[in-house]
Amino acid sequence: MSAAPPLLAVEGLTKSYGGIHAVRGVSFSLRAGEILALIGPNGAGKSTCFDMLNGQNKPDTGHVRLLGEETTGKRPRDIWRMGVGRTFQITATFATMTVRENVQVALISHGKQLFNLWGSAPNVDRGEAGRLLELVGMSGYADRPCGELAYGDLKRLELAVALANQPKLLLMDEPTAGMAPRERVELMRLTAQIAREKSIGVLFTEHDMDVVFEHADRIIVLNRGTLIAEGSPAEVRGNPQVQAIYLGEGLLYEAGHREGASI
Amino acid sequence: MAFYVVQFLTGLASAASLFLVASGLSIIFGVTRIVNFAHGAFYMIGAYIAFTLTERFSGAFGFWGGVLVAALAVALIGVLVEMVLLRRIYHAPELFQLLGTFGLTLMVEDLVVLIWGPDDLVGRRAPGFKGAVDFFGQNIPSYDLFLIALGPVVLGILWLLFQRTRWGVLVRAATQDRDMVAALGVNQKWLFTSVFAVGVFLAALGGALQIPRDAVHHAMDLRIIVEVFVVVVIGGLGSIIGAFVAAVLVSELNAFGILIFPKISIILVFLVMAVVLIVRPWGLFGKPEAPARKTPGLTVNPWRPLTSNERLAALAALVIAATLPLFAGNYALTVGSEIAIFVIFAVSLHFLMSVGGLASFGHAAYFGLGAYGVAFLAKMAGLPMIVCLLLGPLLGCMGAAVFGFFAVQLSGVYFAMLTLAFAQIVWSIAFQWVSVTGGDNGILSIWPEKWAASPSHFYWLALGVAALVTIALRIAVFSPFGYALRATRDSVLRSEAVGINAKRIQWTAFVIAGTTAGIGGALFAYLKGSVFPDNLGISLSVDALVMVLLGGVETVSGGVIGAIVYKALNIWLVSQTDLSKLVLGGFIVLIVVVFPKGIVGMLELLAQRRRKSSPPGSSLLAKPIESTE
Amino acid sequence: MRAKNYFVGAAFALLASGMAHSALAQDIKIGEINSYSLLPAFTEPYRKGWQLAVEEINAAGGINGKKLVVISKDDGGKPADAQTAANELVSSEGVAMLTGTFLSNIGLAVSDFANQKKVFFLAAEPLTDAVTWAKGNKYTFRLRPSNYMQAAMLVEAASKLPAKRWATIAPNYEYGQSAVAVFKKLMSEKRPDIQWVDEQWPPQGKIDAGPVVQAVAQANPEAILNVTFGPDLVKLVREGNTRGLFKGREVVSFLTGEPEYLDPLKEETPEGWIVTGYPWYSIKTPEHDAFLKAYQTKYNDYPRLGSIVGYQTIKAAAAILAKAGSTDTDKMIAAAEGLSMPSPFGEITFRKIDHQSTLGAFVGKTAQKDGKGVMVDFSYKKGSDYLPGDAEVEKLRPKD
Repeated sequence: MSAAPPLLAVEGLTKSYGGIHAVRGVSFSLRAGEILALIGPNGAGKSTCFDMLNGQNKPDTGHVRLLGEETTGKRPRDIWRMGVGRTFQITATFATMTVRENVQVALISHGKQLFNLWGSAPNVDRGEAGRLLELVGMSGYADRPCGELAYGDLKRLELAVALANQPKLLLMDEPTAGMAPRERVELMRLTAQIAREKSIGVLFTEHDMDVVFEHADRIIVLNRGTLIAEGSPAEVRGNPQVQAIYLGEGLLYEAGHREGASI
Repeated sequence: MAFYVVQFLTGLASAASLFLVASGLSIIFGVTRIVNFAHGAFYMIGAYIAFTLTERFSGAFGFWGGVLVAALAVALIGVLVEMVLLRRIYHAPELFQLLGTFGLTLMVEDLVVLIWGPDDLVGRRAPGFKGAVDFFGQNIPSYDLFLIALGPVVLGILWLLFQRTRWGVLVRAATQDRDMVAALGVNQKWLFTSVFAVGVFLAALGGALQIPRDAVHHAMDLRIIVEVFVVVVIGGLGSIIGAFVAAVLVSELNAFGILIFPKISIILVFLVMAVVLIVRPWGLFGKPEAPARKTPGLTVNPWRPLTSNERLAALAALVIAATLPLFAGNYALTVGSEIAIFVIFAVSLHFLMSVGGLASFGHAAYFGLGAYGVAFLAKMAGLPMIVCLLLGPLLGCMGAAVFGFFAVQLSGVYFAMLTLAFAQIVWSIAFQWVSVTGGDNGILSIWPEKWAASPSHFYWLALGVAALVTIALRIAVFSPFGYALRATRDSVLRSEAVGINAKRIQWTAFVIAGTTAGIGGALFAYLKGSVFPDNLGISLSVDALVMVLLGGVETVSGGVIGAIVYKALNIWLVSQTDLSKLVLGGFIVLIVVVFPKGIVGMLELLAQRRRKSSPPGSSLLAKPIESTE
Repeated sequence: MRAKNYFVGAAFALLASGMAHSALAQDIKIGEINSYSLLPAFTEPYRKGWQLAVEEINAAGGINGKKLVVISKDDGGKPADAQTAANELVSSEGVAMLTGTFLSNIGLAVSDFANQKKVFFLAAEPLTDAVTWAKGNKYTFRLRPSNYMQAAMLVEAASKLPAKRWATIAPNYEYGQSAVAVFKKLMSEKRPDIQWVDEQWPPQGKIDAGPVVQAVAQANPEAILNVTFGPDLVKLVREGNTRGLFKGREVVSFLTGEPEYLDPLKEETPEGWIVTGYPWYSIKTPEHDAFLKAYQTKYNDYPRLGSIVGYQTIKAAAAILAKAGSTDTDKMIAAAEGLSMPSPFGEITFRKIDHQSTLGAFVGKTAQKDGKGVMVDFSYKKGSDYLPGDAEVEKLRPKD
């Protein structure tokens, strides 16, 4: 037990809608450089849980702390300022702006230049934007309007944007949804590599069990709003409760071994 | 007591008329997302045709048949308009359809005078509903009772239509999610056409039913259109029940409001709308709009600053414009000054609309406030011209700061309507507060000082300020702030996720645009030597919208060209012909059809196509896509 | 930006091409501005009136041998556009004087323009008292009887009514407000016993007549002053008739006897309202007969009040030009001050003291005849009899 607080500490998170508990007493933590997957069947409360971490949604009770600092109830933009980058399940980008400009906006925001009316934005942090795009393999697309990009490229762009404020933590909501199998592997490999190099903690939700078991260091499993299992991929895989849930859905858990299968 | 009951019933009768027209507008907007400015024109044509028919054919059958046939005939005109005009522009940038329907409205206003003559026409009373019913000593017209009954009946029929027919299900689905209907394989074209026809039918019916109460005349459309928009927005866009409740609310508040404040009518609907929108941003029965998906077919055209060659060309154009006093007479120079001022006005709105994605329907408020600012400073404080010009726009700035704060909490059409409401509130203050503003007789004798008095000097002043403002706003577009503003336009969700306080960015943009408009207004006060409530009015706000849309809302500086073309044409036509509205309207409709991206937008597209087609194989990736003038 | 220059050039080329007129250098040109596209119901007869005058003047040899040409512009109902038009007429067309305008605020805008640019302006129709008084200036003259004069004419008749409880209905803008204010002031002077029990201010052009009528009826006045006109008047009269508002009540109404406003009412025309107006069908004077005959011959239509105003405006302009013998502004002002001339309503004079003409109006009662509204029991009220004394006028008007 170390004295330093963990990167992300979630304690007793609870949220209910009209008497129905969407999330109930969820607690977990995440270390710097660790890749943690949040899984569970549909309606398990993953999205609600996720939204409470990134500020989209406020918990009824419970706490979220980043390096010991409370983020509960803060707005998305304030949480971002604390060093949390995020990507969306359905990509959200600035469609009429170019790929580079998308990254530049994040850099401008990070550099607190948002209300600078005089500077020349095309030249702001151009080099840094280029480096970020290179990091995610998007250099060749820098001047393309992002409305023209393929979906997988948008996901990579979102990753670059999420990295712009040199985050300590990345929140990725289904980062590989809607991508081709090969792209999924590539994107997650890239994410893992960046996370390890820069010692960024990554929390992601995912439906694709291949992705989960291949890339997560640790997995937490939600069902009906409660945390039912937590541990290494092997531990979670062996958990009978988890197996029951997924078998209950009529899906073979072992499918996780087969290429491209998803739950 | 009997009086209050009768007053209530009278309010209900007014509500019924309003509801008929409003429901049509609401249906059309809900499904097609068209801001149908021509709705009032259809209402008016309905009244005119019904007048002709009911005068021609006598008896009860002649009257009721005439009313119904008139509404059907106008619905047919509506179908024609939809198929010939609107179908071509569904994929144009948002609000472009507004421009098309605005052009149509202009044309119709002149056409009805050509067809039916300039005199007010008073049609006959409805057979069977000519008299009044005695209610404890108070008279209530039987036709009012008919209307009171008709309102709920129409509401009921519409409800059945929407709940019990396949068509209605599709309409409701489309109101909630257009893309979904397209995905269901429904023939969207005919769905839109039929919806448009139903909406127009209701408008025309509303107009035709006014015959026994009103005079038929060529300004009926303007009288109703704004009010109807307000009712639809208060009720919540696309909600028929909302339109009904809002119509009742507005009419009853008016019926009882005038007992306490006899001057309230002029502003009442706008006050109600402002309050409703601040408290319930989507109207009484509206639902939050799903985040707008990008219009299909929207080509994305990244913006970039001018290259050095283009800068030189722009400078050359400016220099040539500056030589105008060498060969043009005083009148041409005054017109030139006016155009330059409208360039300022247009680029200020353009900044808000195209960079910020915030279409203000009340931008004249800040233009007019700048003008009144100058008038107050010059007439009351007696300050020198240069000081007035510098400080006058601050009134526009302050107005934009206050109203903008509330307006940017909303988006899309609700934002537009709240800005309209604020503008109308400012207008009515200027109009009513006679002791300070001079009311509609305005403030006179604000003439420029000697150094700027000659037309050429004033022209240079206006041209110089216009150039500075245009350059300053271009710099702002490509400043970090400009990027942030575009970011909030493209995705509020993503903006907030990268630490941008979207509302504050938009508010700042609103204040910048308002102040800039105020600069235009300040110059305008000196150009005209006077200030009138007109300078804050709806028609000026619409002019600004038209100039921006005409130039091209997806461009960086299209507003400049839009302002020059629209204003020059307008001045020339008004000078040359009494049918200026017909010609101008026709021109606008033509532009809409031929240049669905606006003049500059279309020029860019052509230039881009040419470049793309000339070097074979030059891929998109190879170099930045060219854009913007 | 590149295209900017092109468009400016094209615009001015178009402007220039539009300026070609048939006027010759030796012709005398008068500029005329009115709200033709906004208010065609009133400006069409007005235009016919002045066209008739131009024809008559030129047939009689023009002005001191020179042909009279009127260049007419539309102002679209906007003061700012009226100024653009005024500017065009003065700067490009080189007109000797400006005439016209209908709306008060436009009249004032052009008057202020005239004052600034030192141009002679003969205001035809705007009614606001400010044109000749509060905002009067050296360069501006007005033909039509002002708001004050019409109010004074109506008060003369209204003050004889036994009614003590009065209500007012007026459009909510300067014209309506000042009409009510002057009427109340003059009325209270003559009849201190009067009570004002209700006032209604519907927005101009947007009256919601039902509630307004009901509210007035609730106050139970013995008499009503109406200032609404046009479509508002139609709605008010229809609702008032149906709801019995006018039964047993006296109504005094501005302008309602003018054919422009009375004719549309047809069988809805209320009986016995005291109104100002123009009963062209019953005026039997040689001057009017001559005008009526000429007008009906030329247009195969009957004249409205606007026809008289348009006709007399140009006749007055010609008389001023003829007397001045020059198009010099100061000479025209000198010629116009105190100038008397014939009109279809008899001789009129442009007063030196406030530049108001003494053209009067007819006051009478409304009646229905063969399903049409007419004025009966009317008499002509000379404008000169309804203006305040010189000492008062001097107080009202700024010094030149």
